Amino acid sequence: MDFLQNYVELAAMVLFGIGFTTLLLHKNMIKKIIGFSIMDNAIFLFLAAKGYIEGRTAPIVVDGVQTVEAYINPIPAGLVLTGIVVSVSVTAVMLSLTIRLYRRYHTLDIDEITALCRKEGEE
Amino acid sequence: MEFLGIILLIFVIICAISVSLTKDLLTALVIFMSQSLAMAVIWILLESPDLGITEAAVGAGITSLLLFVTLKKIHAIDIQKASEKESRKEEAISDGENQA
Amino acid sequence: MAKIRPDYETSWFGRLMHWLENGSTALDDAMTDEMDAHSRDHLVDSEHHHATQEHALEERRHAALEREQRMYSSLHQWASTKGSRLMRWVYIVASVVMCVGIIALLLNTAANLPPYGDPDNPVNNEVSAHYITQGQAETGAVNIVAGMILDYRAFDTLGESNVLFIAAVTVLVLLRLAPSRDGKPTTEMLEAEADDRLYEPKHDMILQHQANLLVPLILLFGIYVVMNGHISPGGGFSGGAIMGAGLILYLNAFGFRKTERFFTFRTFQIVSLMALAFYACSKAYSFFTGANHLPSIFSPGTPGMLFSAGLIPYLNIAVGLVVCCTMYAFYTLFRKGDM
Repeated sequence: MDFLQNYVELAAMVLFGIGFTTLLLHKNMIKKIIGFSIMDNAIFLFLAAKGYIEGRTAPIVVDGVQTVEAYINPIPAGLVLTGIVVSVSVTAVMLSLTIRLYRRYHTLDIDEITALCRKEGEE
Repeated sequence: MEFLGIILLIFVIICAISVSLTKDLLTALVIFMSQSLAMAVIWILLESPDLGITEAAVGAGITSLLLFVTLKKIHAIDIQKASEKESRKEEAISDGENQA
Repeated sequence: MAKIRPDYETSWFGRLMHWLENGSTALDDAMTDEMDAHSRDHLVDSEHHHATQEHALEERRHAALEREQRMYSSLHQWASTKGSRLMRWVYIVASVVMCVGIIALLLNTAANLPPYGDPDNPVNNEVSAHYITQGQAETGAVNIVAGMILDYRAFDTLGESNVLFIAAVTVLVLLRLAPSRDGKPTTEMLEAEADDRLYEPKHDMILQHQANLLVPLILLFGIYVVMNGHISPGGGFSGGAIMGAGLILYLNAFGFRKTERFFTFRTFQIVSLMALAFYACSKAYSFFTGANHLPSIFSPGTPGMLFSAGLIPYLNIAVGLVVCCTMYAFYTLFRKGDM
């Protein structure tokens, strides 16, 4: 089997790995959030690539042609459409939590925030 | 899809790596924004124009705007804190002068 | 009888045997005698001796404690400087190894998936075939994706709009700075407003002229995308986001004074709640008509016309309003902590 025939899926997986590594290795909260968004994008890319069919057009009926052979699979597009909008709201909630944490601890470093939290708990 | 798609996918991956490697947050945000725009073109190439429009408006527009506003807010809090410190210092100095 | 070596008495084996038989050798006896003599001198001041012994014991215990403490503190120091650095490295190496492993696993799986772009993939089953062949006749929407998410899967989209609304409410709870009881703005609000003006000029001529030109166009395009969601690509989500972006541009150019004339917290409440309630009611009739097929009581109309496809255009408008309000609310809450 040709290794590179699923090149879009492979790119999506590499993107997912990069996002995951960013999420794990960076201490900065905003970098973590960006890594999370990259992971989102990778998942959407994977889903949309699964619905794509070579040589067919977007699922919008043109000239009354309604045969299966004319259009790509509309289901992944519908799923990803809802997913993109949800990812924005998740990002907004995470960013507002970041602002609250910054207002209290004056740092974006997650380790420092944890240390300050523990110190506050001991007092 | 073939040629342009492969170039765009490589561009997206390079963008993701450089987001992870840049130290400056503002630069990282701009790179992330361009990555979202490239994703919008990829949706068009994957024959999903609905996704292309949504990604261009939501991913490249609103998400980046929110990230920018967060950065601005954080800088504003920083400056406010610094000015608070300075005003406290000034108060202390003026107190000292009064006592003297 | 075995011959005894001449130095048997002083050799270690002989002394051992002697000790086993009698308890102690002559040499040992001599040593103990000497020690006795030595201690007899000290016995004269036995009281003093006892005290010094206790003192020495105390000192030794003290020294041991100190040594232990020094050890602990050095251990702590190690843990807080070198140890934490070591743990950091261990963490980095472990996470890199884990990520590389996950990427390798995923790449292997993705390479063995059914080929990309093949019409015979298991994803392309009878469900998508039904949507494509029957979609236009059953829903009246030319855009099959819009017909799918707003008719076949309308409940899914209702939950989706609610997710957006809940996210907006969460951000509101986290970031809103309310005025005090007597209606006067608190110091926090004033500070936030001062922060907001930190980096920007109040009346930017270039931005204002561009906004004069662009904002109507962007809003018009957003309305077009929403209204034509069932005919062309687009729909409530994308059109709502475009309208929200237009409102944000207007806000950036002209400031909160002007936007507050037509968009306040009250507007957000009324518009998004009315839109969600309309959506919920218009889909709730299925409960009363038997929710087996979720048939539409509105006729699909002529496909391709603006007012066709049953409820889909109205649901698109409702979703678009919710998305628009939510995006604008996110932005204003992030900037000022109020609307």
